[in-house]
Amino acid sequence: MPSKKKPFDKSETLRAAAEIRKGVIRALEAAGSGHIGGSMSLAEILAVLYTDILDVDPKDPKKRDRDYVVLSKGHCGPALYATLAYKGYFDPAELLTLNKGGTNLPSHCDRLKTVGIDISTGSLGQGLSLATGVAIGKKMQGIPGKVYAIVGDGELQEGQNWEAFLFLAHRKVTNLITIVDNNKRQLDGYTADICCEEDLGEKLKSFGFEVKRVDGHDVTALYEAFSTAGCGDKPTVVICDTEKGHGCCISEIDGFNHYMPVSHEDAMRAIEDIDRRLEAAL
Amino acid sequence: MSDFLLDSFEVDSREMRQAYCDAIIAEAERNEKLIVVDVDVSHSVGTGRFYEAFPDRAINCGIMEAHAIGMCAGMSETGLVPFFHAFGVFATRRIFDQIFISCAYQNLNVKIIGADPGVTAQTNGGTHMPFEDLGLMRLIPNATIVEPADSTMYDYIVHAMAEQYGVFYLRTSRRKTVKLYKPGTQFTVGKAMKLYDGKDVCIIACGIMVYEAIRAREILKAEGIDAAVIDMHTLKPLDEEAVLKAAKKCGAIVTAENHNVIGGLGSAVSEFTAENCPVPVERVGVRESFGEVGTQQYLQKRFGLTGEEIAARAKIALQRKGAKI
Repeated sequence: MPSKKKPFDKSETLRAAAEIRKGVIRALEAAGSGHIGGSMSLAEILAVLYTDILDVDPKDPKKRDRDYVVLSKGHCGPALYATLAYKGYFDPAELLTLNKGGTNLPSHCDRLKTVGIDISTGSLGQGLSLATGVAIGKKMQGIPGKVYAIVGDGELQEGQNWEAFLFLAHRKVTNLITIVDNNKRQLDGYTADICCEEDLGEKLKSFGFEVKRVDGHDVTALYEAFSTAGCGDKPTVVICDTEKGHGCCISEIDGFNHYMPVSHEDAMRAIEDIDRRLEAAL
Repeated sequence: MSDFLLDSFEVDSREMRQAYCDAIIAEAERNEKLIVVDVDVSHSVGTGRFYEAFPDRAINCGIMEAHAIGMCAGMSETGLVPFFHAFGVFATRRIFDQIFISCAYQNLNVKIIGADPGVTAQTNGGTHMPFEDLGLMRLIPNATIVEPADSTMYDYIVHAMAEQYGVFYLRTSRRKTVKLYKPGTQFTVGKAMKLYDGKDVCIIACGIMVYEAIRAREILKAEGIDAAVIDMHTLKPLDEEAVLKAAKKCGAIVTAENHNVIGGLGSAVSEFTAENCPVPVERVGVRESFGEVGTQQYLQKRFGLTGEEIAARAKIALQRKGAKI
């Protein structure tokens, strides 16, 4: 339980989610294009983690007993970069360098380049095992802190995840919380049409997990799920039902929204839309 | 003959895996961060006794190499020094992207032990017989690759692996090998062992082929050819100085490896000499073949991994440099 944390403040977290979305838009506008769909579906998950849950310190990003975040769906780096910039890990102006030569913010997360990135990802299916290692390493050495591994539902088609699930359940690794950004789409279309994990929760329960299922865009529900995760004797998976491209008019579309060009006009329209939605929600 | 070589060469009384386990237990007593990770072949690769010595510092993941190596990478981020064990094919080829991205690309600290290199896989056959692992691992930036010739090196190499940061691949037989070095011989990663001087041709070998190189030297000696022998136990970083000296002094080189001639020792030496000191290089190794079952002796003959083959290639190298033989 994040007992040392301040009380949950819904409006602050909603603001964080809006800032994350706007940060993504600014970064993608500067780059000209990018992974917008999966970044948008993550906004509330990252907002709740970094505003209300994690024991991390932007001024001491390598603190040994920190909580770790492993964004296994590493192509959504822009969402995590926007979060880290908003939280003060680095100057938000750096977001405008996304994918430019020599940047510290490459398309896919790179721990050697970006302050606040704990683990490099991008080759889908590997993050959960890396996160497992961090969790086991902490356990073996008595280092406090939890590990939050964020995987995509499409990414779960990679078999290595299921090796990790078997291992985590068998070893009862409770200091690792697996978060599924269940946005129901992958690059080529809907998971339901390609290779669906329709009964994901049931599958993971049968593996031996405690499974929580929440609306991944409801910050209160996310807070409740994350703040109670990892307290029992089973490892926890939080399946967050999300929408790919959510919360932003230019990406909230039925068509291809995995990777999109973002013009200046698109960005202006998107930021106005995000601000308007935030105002309505507060 | 170098003074660190034994007076006579006989089959070791200990299996390589027993010696390895002794070395890793000794190192774990000195280094509390050392962790053993297995994938259901602990009995085969010989780490079994480590579980008795350090039950809290050994994890058998089951048959899931991809997860296990990724887990090792994550463990190393917290300061642990995981040693990952599998048969060579599964320790490299099966999980190449995981080693590349989860370990090396993000500069994490994982030690990979691939057992049963090449023909030493014997009756496990083609599915278990790595002729390509050195080539794969050499492609990984900053990886260190070592293949010892006998068990003497373990006492040193396991310590070096634990101390030296980064991805480290140890390619090693688990069976009894011919013992070459005196106990207590000192080794340095990246520094070849010059076993015999010679002026006509230099044989550069690694792993089980070092003993074959010594045999080849005897064959050549009987024909009046003076061959030098180098144990190039470290494939990467290559001891370029040793290769350069050999190329300059002998003007002809034969490489010998229990591996495909593409990607391994022969490639490494040829790449270096082509750019720095072009001399005839003949490569002894496996050519365009998959592994198969058989005794090690049968397989060495089958794939031309013998002292006789090395000697024959040495004579071709000599002819290519213009010597009359």
